Amino acid sequence: MQAFTATEGINMKIAVLSGKGGTGKTLVSVNMAAAAEQAVYIDCDVEEPNGHLFFKPEAIAQENISIKIPVVDPARCNGCRKCVDFCKFNALAHTGQKLIIFSEVCHSCGGCALLCPEKALTEKDKVVGEIRRGVSQNVRVVSGILNPGEASGIPIIKKELSYAAEGDGLTVIDCPPGSACIAMESIREADYCILVAEPTLFGVHNLGMVHELVRLFGKPYGVVLNKCLEEENPSEKYCVDQGIPILGKIPFDKEIGRLNADALILAREKEVYRDMFFSLLHRTSKEVGHEAAIDS
Amino acid sequence: MKIAVPADDRSMESNVCISFGRTPYFLIYDTETGESAFLENTAAEKHCGAGIAAAQTVVDSGAAVLLTPRCGENAAEVIQAANIKLFKTFNGSLQDNLDAYQEGKLPVLQEIHAGLHGHGGN
Repeated sequence: MQAFTATEGINMKIAVLSGKGGTGKTLVSVNMAAAAEQAVYIDCDVEEPNGHLFFKPEAIAQENISIKIPVVDPARCNGCRKCVDFCKFNALAHTGQKLIIFSEVCHSCGGCALLCPEKALTEKDKVVGEIRRGVSQNVRVVSGILNPGEASGIPIIKKELSYAAEGDGLTVIDCPPGSACIAMESIREADYCILVAEPTLFGVHNLGMVHELVRLFGKPYGVVLNKCLEEENPSEKYCVDQGIPILGKIPFDKEIGRLNADALILAREKEVYRDMFFSLLHRTSKEVGHEAAIDS
Repeated sequence: MKIAVPADDRSMESNVCISFGRTPYFLIYDTETGESAFLENTAAEKHCGAGIAAAQTVVDSGAAVLLTPRCGENAAEVIQAANIKLFKTFNGSLQDNLDAYQEGKLPVLQEIHAGLHGHGGN
């Protein structure tokens, strides 16, 4: 088996994203990590992490992730409502008799506690989710899990990204779908973004969303076309028209579907798939190198 | 006693707004003076926590009763903590609903929905 050595000398963080769920982000990121000699896989889709279902990591280390939320000392609160007026997220209300705090709405900015002239507000820790880290053969697997009903997975994603490969090494970041705050947080540290796209008009629309996002962040990027059929591919046309590099194509294939549905990792099951993702990794590292050459 | 009602427009003939948190106006009707005032609901444009902010507006208006077709759980927590009574409106004008309330024909609002949090985008 050929070993992937092209990552030597490159500290490469690749973020894999798409405009909607189900396009193949996890398929691409899990298999790219598995095809590498060594990699760190970080599942930032904290609302529905599923990369661990494929990797089945062992030797799990678990840690809780907390945020700060305000608590009120009713004896000190004089009902001035500076905190209520200040909060952009409307996480506080005052009934005339008491202050009510909605911790699920709170975004932990700490502003209310800073502002309170009576020092009636202090902050306490609230657990919003957890991170599980384990090992699956050549891959260190990091999964973030947001507790249901919580407003934001960002504190979890921030902590997860601190477990990226140190020094020379490959990190693959499996992003949440869409282009909202949590996707932005997931690509913030990335050296390169891979956009996964489906061959439909709807797929083009979703590709356009993440395309706009990566341009906004000034990230180098390329596209992987998933579920490719023989017929015309609107997403491929979009890439050609926009001059976006196409890094690879994954066919719409029964065997891929079956293996994936059985939570098996394609690159660990068959040489042909391993080669496919090895090539994708190689192509991506060349793109990253190319960008580095342009930057210098 | 003051009665608050979410209103589509600033007229007694306008319909009760189907949304509490994102209603454009609140009618504040004073049963003692018979006066009607319309407050703008600044919460309507809020990114999130609109129900909480709208409830704050109703609390600040001094209303003792809120007539509304529906109410989310966060807003209801504020309304109930302020001892404001909740009644369920029917599909009709503000005037029709006020009349029905004063004739004791509006039922108490029982079902509090879980809110539509996050559905306005992130």
